[in-house]
This record gives sequence, structure tokens and C-alpha cells, in this order.
Amino acid sequence: MNQVITKETQCLGSLDRIPVGEGRQFRIGDTTIAVFRSREGNVYATQAECPHRQGRLADGLNGGTTLVCPLHGWKFNMATGEALLGDCAIKTYRAWTDDAGDIWVEL
Amino acid sequence: MKQKLVVVGNGMAGARTVEEILARDGAAQFDITMFGDEPYGNYNRILLSNVLNGTQDPRDIFLNPLEWYSEHGIELRAGQRVASIDRANKTVTAADSSQLSYDKLIIATGSRPFIPPMQGLKGEDGEDKPGVFAFRTLDDCHKIAGYAVKCRRAAVIGGGLLGLEAARGLLNYGVEVHVVHLAGHLMEAQLDAEAGAILRRTMERMGVHIHLEKATTDVLGEEGVTGLQFKDGETLDCDMVVISTGIKPNVEIARECGLTVERAVVVDDQMRSVDDNDVYVVGECAQHDGRVYGLVAPLWEQGQALADHITGKNPHAAYRGSKIATKLKVMGVELASMGLVNPAKDTDEVVRFAEPNRGIYKKLIIRDGILHGAILLGDTSKAAHLMQCFDRSTPLPEERVSLLFDIGAPTVGSTMIEMPESTQVCNCNGVSKGAIRKCIEGGKRSLRSVCEATRAGMGCGSCKPLVQEIVEWVCEGQVEEDPSIHYYVPGVPMSKPDLIATIREHGLRSVSSVFRQLAGGVEDPGSKMGLASLLKTIWGAEYDDERDSRFINDRVHANIQKDGTFSVVPRIYGGVTTPDDLRKIADVADKYAVPMVKITGGQRIDLLGVNKEDLPSMWRDLGMPSGHAYAKSFRTCKTCVGSEFCRFGVGDSTALGIAIERRFQGLESPGKMKLATAGCPRNCSEATVKDLGAIAVEGGKWEIYVGGGAGAHVRKGDLMCVVESQDEVIQYMGRFMQYYRENGKYLERTYGFVERIGIERIREIVLDNGELGHRLDTAIQAAVESYQDPWQESEVPATASQFVSTLPMVTA
Repeated sequence: MNQVITKETQCLGSLDRIPVGEGRQFRIGDTTIAVFRSREGNVYATQAECPHRQGRLADGLNGGTTLVCPLHGWKFNMATGEALLGDCAIKTYRAWTDDAGDIWVEL
Repeated sequence: MKQKLVVVGNGMAGARTVEEILARDGAAQFDITMFGDEPYGNYNRILLSNVLNGTQDPRDIFLNPLEWYSEHGIELRAGQRVASIDRANKTVTAADSSQLSYDKLIIATGSRPFIPPMQGLKGEDGEDKPGVFAFRTLDDCHKIAGYAVKCRRAAVIGGGLLGLEAARGLLNYGVEVHVVHLAGHLMEAQLDAEAGAILRRTMERMGVHIHLEKATTDVLGEEGVTGLQFKDGETLDCDMVVISTGIKPNVEIARECGLTVERAVVVDDQMRSVDDNDVYVVGECAQHDGRVYGLVAPLWEQGQALADHITGKNPHAAYRGSKIATKLKVMGVELASMGLVNPAKDTDEVVRFAEPNRGIYKKLIIRDGILHGAILLGDTSKAAHLMQCFDRSTPLPEERVSLLFDIGAPTVGSTMIEMPESTQVCNCNGVSKGAIRKCIEGGKRSLRSVCEATRAGMGCGSCKPLVQEIVEWVCEGQVEEDPSIHYYVPGVPMSKPDLIATIREHGLRSVSSVFRQLAGGVEDPGSKMGLASLLKTIWGAEYDDERDSRFINDRVHANIQKDGTFSVVPRIYGGVTTPDDLRKIADVADKYAVPMVKITGGQRIDLLGVNKEDLPSMWRDLGMPSGHAYAKSFRTCKTCVGSEFCRFGVGDSTALGIAIERRFQGLESPGKMKLATAGCPRNCSEATVKDLGAIAVEGGKWEIYVGGGAGAHVRKGDLMCVVESQDEVIQYMGRFMQYYRENGKYLERTYGFVERIGIERIREIVLDNGELGHRLDTAIQAAVESYQDPWQESEVPATASQFVSTLPMVTA
């Protein structure tokens, strides 16, 4: 690995663990986050629950950078956290894949 | 030091006004003394007729019993009449010569019956002739009732409201009742001639005899009443007579102390005599702006203004007159009347409906688009709305008929104007009309943008037509055309037929390829589910199933719940189960500690609160196929027991329902399809309000209904056809499903689809036994053959971590 591992940076394992176009949750210490693998090959990380009614965002549909909560359809930009439909933004985390195809996230 | 307030009169006006004063903390300002003629507390005079007819006990009509006065520190001098008022010295003198000084005086002496001039009211001894009664007080009631039982025939002089009430009361004492009225029709203050005639017929049917245009000149009889003599020379035999010919304000005492009296005591807007700022007048003895009111509602309004002013609560309080609208029952007949009875100007518009046989009459008088008068007789269902329009002078809708009847939906404009701002339009997300209007005025001018900005219509969607109406109404025709409403899905700019043709032409078998080829490579998550459903319909087994295009429910074949858990509904064909299956379900519920086991509306069993991780092993343990209770697809076929057990059944609805469900289970469709079969026209399984329904009718036939629904939208299905066998039911239902699959918009339920296409057109296609029908048969057969039970994925997951919510952390 050629990444400098800081205290806040975590490896989540291979990109293949997440089916293409879908999201999964990860629990890092006390924090649960949602990580998405887009069809374009990008990864995004956000807070796990929707600010509206705590829907599990990892179960939501996504496309481009748009994420839709599975419970009531609130929409967010996965890259910035901006609310696209609904009145509250979400927290996002920097996420990327390395040359080996592993997912990294900075908390 | 408190002021002394003296109230002359303890009727409804006097007592109510004192109540209003007390409510404004008047007891702290005033020592109150009330004088009343009658030796009672205060009672509701309007209910006297109920006492007369025996439906109410006199005790029940008291508004304020004697204790009320003492509890509130009011000195009540019941049964004491005030003889005179000395305004210069500010004192009143009672009939027993006692004097009382006042700082403020309220005159609420009310009125008494007006007795028209006629001979023979009194006997030779100068006393009232036995059998002659007025109808005004509680004592009158007792006397009338006591006398009526001895009589054979009673006459009531006066065909106004109170007279008719007296007539009704008298009927109960077994006397023959005759109403004698001076005017050409009954209740001329509230009704026009035609309504009066209808009321007359209704009353005659109840056994009341009506004599119109009769002026009584004499009450005949020496010892007691024997009859009436009329001006036209005719006579009427009777044993008693009740006189109810209107009221006469009690103004003598006011006139004697020098106050201006016309028809009643003249007052200003603060309800004070125009001559004396310390003397207030309220109720039937007051004349405000030329008018004297004999009803309760104006009296309440006067009392409030008076109390506001006298207590200083609102020094600018003013009474501006009342609009008279009454809703009452005359002898059990509903009646509402307001404002003008007849048009007063040539340009007044009159809208009228009459159905004399049923005693129904409705009439509106409209001036410059504003309601100036209305009569509703026999049916007052629209009275509340009309009274509101009348009271507020609201502009009326162009289509007047909607004011008289509930025919279909009211017109858009009128609905919108009438709808209060606070009305909740979207009941899922709690969005008011006002919020939607503000959003539109803030620049959103299409249905979609308004829905997205306000969240209205984003729940069940049933309010979207209403939101659309509000958009059109606020924009006044400046609605932005939203081209996406014509698209099958918002992210691909094509109508459904164009999209299907293009997908076929390019051989696009996956959702991502559609985005790539037809949407410039832009993936719209809101379009994925619709495209997935369509591609499956087009390609069947050849569809390239990308799981990320599915909603979570379709990824894990279960219905997501509010807490992120899922529900498991195994298929129970036609709602017919076995002890073995029930045992399996019970065992699974135990093993996985399922928090709730519920019978569904579709005759199945729902296991709720299941973790995603447990889904595949539960399915394995159940060994039953998926009930598809989560998908936009064929759901269930509800059945009744039909001919097998039911003694009324004419067709085997359970066998048919099971066959339908086995054939079409899991079939993808634009919206969910809920079905039912019924074994006889009693329709216990409610097949007429299902997406598709079949009802057995005598002769081995089945009726097929399509486009029914009873959820967010209620619609009775249209009868598509009647067929001779169960096989034909399955065939024609299959054709309809396929036609709907190919032509329905995504999420458009059959009730919307059938209305949009029209049942005639649907019949032309589905019932065609040539090429059209044959093609549908072939297509649906292919779809049925491509069915696979999704719960088989418990053995072979479709993706890595298909049923995992939280992936474990990797260890270095």
C-alpha cells in the first residue's frame, strides 16, 4: 500500500464488496457510515441515516451523484451532502479507491 | 366603589347580556339587579313548543335556574315588574313602589304577543273568554295543554313560525287542528308563495287544516269558545283558539320615561338609547338602524356589543345590524331562510328548483354575483354553505347549480376560492393550500416543481390532481408546460410507445444501456425502477437485470418498514391454506422471534419486523414461494368460498382465484395489481373494487371487471365482458394485464389507466379474437413462462452481500 495511513483514514476493503451501483453500511468505531459504488466507478461516503426519519441511506437508489432515501424519497447529492429534495443536508466523508481497488474513507 | 347596574327584563336578551357582561369580568365593576315579570329564572322561549307538544320537560328549557343568579351575586327580583323609570334621578320604581337607583340601566323588556283587533276575546264578565290563549310564555303552554285535552277542535290564528309550532304541539293532544292565516301563504316572512304552498301540502298531509286569507273578526261563543267568524262571512267551529300573530315590543315603560320610540326603542351602534348614554336597550324591544329583530342570533350579537361597551372592554365596540339567516324545523320539516324572500330589483337573478311531491323547494336570489336571499325547504343540506356565502357576501361561482346540489365535483374556480388557505391538500406530508400557493407565487409554475418544492403529492400521490388545479388556478393559465409529464420516466425524454420502439430497435436490454443511449449517459435514480419494470416486460427472460436499478424491496424481495426492517409474506394461493403451511409459518415466526404476525387485507399472513440478514434463511425454512407483497406486480387474488361451501355460490371462485394466482404470480406491471374473484353477485370478496375482478353469475357465467380500486382512490371497476368459463376469465384477464403492462405509465394504477384509455377502447383490443388478441395471448404466455420465484435467491444470491446491511470491517 502506498497510502499514508493516518488515524482518521480507514480502509474498507475491496470495491467488489459493494455490488455495482449499490451502497452498504460500514461501522467504524462508534460511527456508522453509508458507502456507495457508482456505475461510473466513483465511491461516495455519507452519514448512514436520513435526517428525515432515519431511513437507511445505503438501501437507497442512486444515479450520478444523486442519492434517494428508500423511506420517503428525500434526495441528496452524495458528493457534497446538499439536499436536493427535503430541507436538511447530510454529512459526507472523503472516499476514494486506491490502485489495488481498495476503498478508503477519511473520517 | 362598584357601579349599580339595573336590568329591566329577565328574558333571553336580558339574561344573555348579563352573561356576556360577567364573561368580561363585569362582576368586579357592577352590582347587578335584574327584574323579571315571570316568577322563574330564565328559559329558552324557542323551545316552548316542545314543552307544549310534550317532547321536553319544562325544567329542561331553563337557561339559568334561580341558583345561577345567587352564585353570580346577582339580585333577581323575579315576578316583579318595573313600573317606571326616572331618568333625571336615575332610579327605577317597582310595582310594589320600592325604588332602586342605578348608574347604568339596561332595558330588555322584550315583546308580547300581538293580538289583532277582534270581537269576543273577552267574556261578558270582562275576563278572557275561556278557550282563548296566547302562545308566548311557559304559563301559556301549561294552560293550552290543560285545556286542549278537553277539546275536539282547535284553531290557531297565525300561520307564522310560532303558530305552526303551536299547531304541531296541539296535534299531540288528539285535537283536530286548523290554522287560520291572514296572508296568502304560510310563513311569509321566511317563504315565498311557492314554498309556502309546498309547506301547506306537507302540513295537510300531517293532518293540519290550513285556511289562508282569513281575517278573523269575532271569537264566537258565550261561556266559552264555539267558533271563529271571518271577515268574508264564513265561520269555523272550534272549542279553543290559540293566537300567535306576531309580537309587539314592550316599549311603554321606555316611552313613559321620554326615550325615543318608533316601532321599538331607538338605539345607536352601542345599543344605547339615542337620548341617554346611561340607558342601554337590547333584544326585541330595541330598534337598530330601522330594524327590530325577533330572532336569537341578532340578540346574541347585540348583547356582545353592549357588554364590550358597558364594561369598557372595547370602548369602540359597535353593533352593525344582523343578517338574518335561520335554519329550523317546522313540524319536522327542514327549513332554511335568509335575506330576501322575493327579488327586489328587476336585475336580481333567481335560481329555483321545486319538487313539490317530496316537499322540496330551493331558491336563490342573487344580485351582482352575491347571495341576497335563499329559501331551502325540505332539504337543507346546502344551508351551511349558503349561510356562509350570505353572511360574508362571498362572490358566488358561475355555475349556480352547485350551490343547490352536490352534483359531481364542484368547478375548479369555485373550489379554489372557497378552499381556506389552511386546508390540508396533501394528507401524506401535511401541505396546506396556502403553502402551495406561496410556492407557486414564489416562482414555481409546474406541477412537478411545486410538488418537489413543497413535498405535496410525494406520498401516495392521490392529491396530485388537486395540486395541479391549484397550480392552474394560481398561475391563471401561465402554467409552465412540464414536458416530462408525457415521458414514461422523467429521465428519458420519450413517451412510452416511442421508448418501447427505440429500446426494441437498439436492442437495449439493461437500464444502464438505456441511460447511455437515450439519456446522454445521465443516470437518473428516479427513472431506474420504471425502466427496469419496462425492460423486464419487453424482454422477459432476455432482460439484463442490473440489481442496482431496483428499489430496495425488489433487491431483497421484501417490503421495507419504517425502522429499516422488512416484512415477509409467503404466497397463499387464493387465500386457501393448510394446517401444514400454517404450522410452518408459526414455527418460522417463533424461530426468528418475529415481532408481529398479521393477517393482511389480501388474505395472507405477514411476518413483520424481520432483519434483512434473516430473510434468506426464513424463506428456506418456510419453503413457500414469495407473495410479492413488495413489488409493482401481480399481488394476490382474494376469493370468497364460492360454490364449494357457500350456500349461495354459483361459481367456484376459490378454484378460479387459485388458478389465476398460480398463473400470474409475480408478473411485473406498471402499478401493483390486486385481484378478487366472487362466487356470486353478493360479491363478498369485493371484486368490483379490484384492479381486475371476476364475479360468478347464474348460468355458469363470469363477469370480468377492470380498473377498480379502493385505496388512495376509490373507483368501481368497469364491466369489461361476461364470459362462459373459468378458462376464458383467465384468458381475457391475461390480455388486459398485458395491454396494461405495455401501455400503462409507470406507477399508473389500472383505475387511472382504464379511465385514460376508456373501457370501449379496451374492449376493442382485449376482446378482439383476431390478431390483436392473439398477440396479447402470446406475450402474456411468454411473461408467465419467464416467472421465477425470487425467494430461490436464498440459495443463490444475485449479488455479493445481497442481504447484508452492514459489511464487516476488514482486518489488516
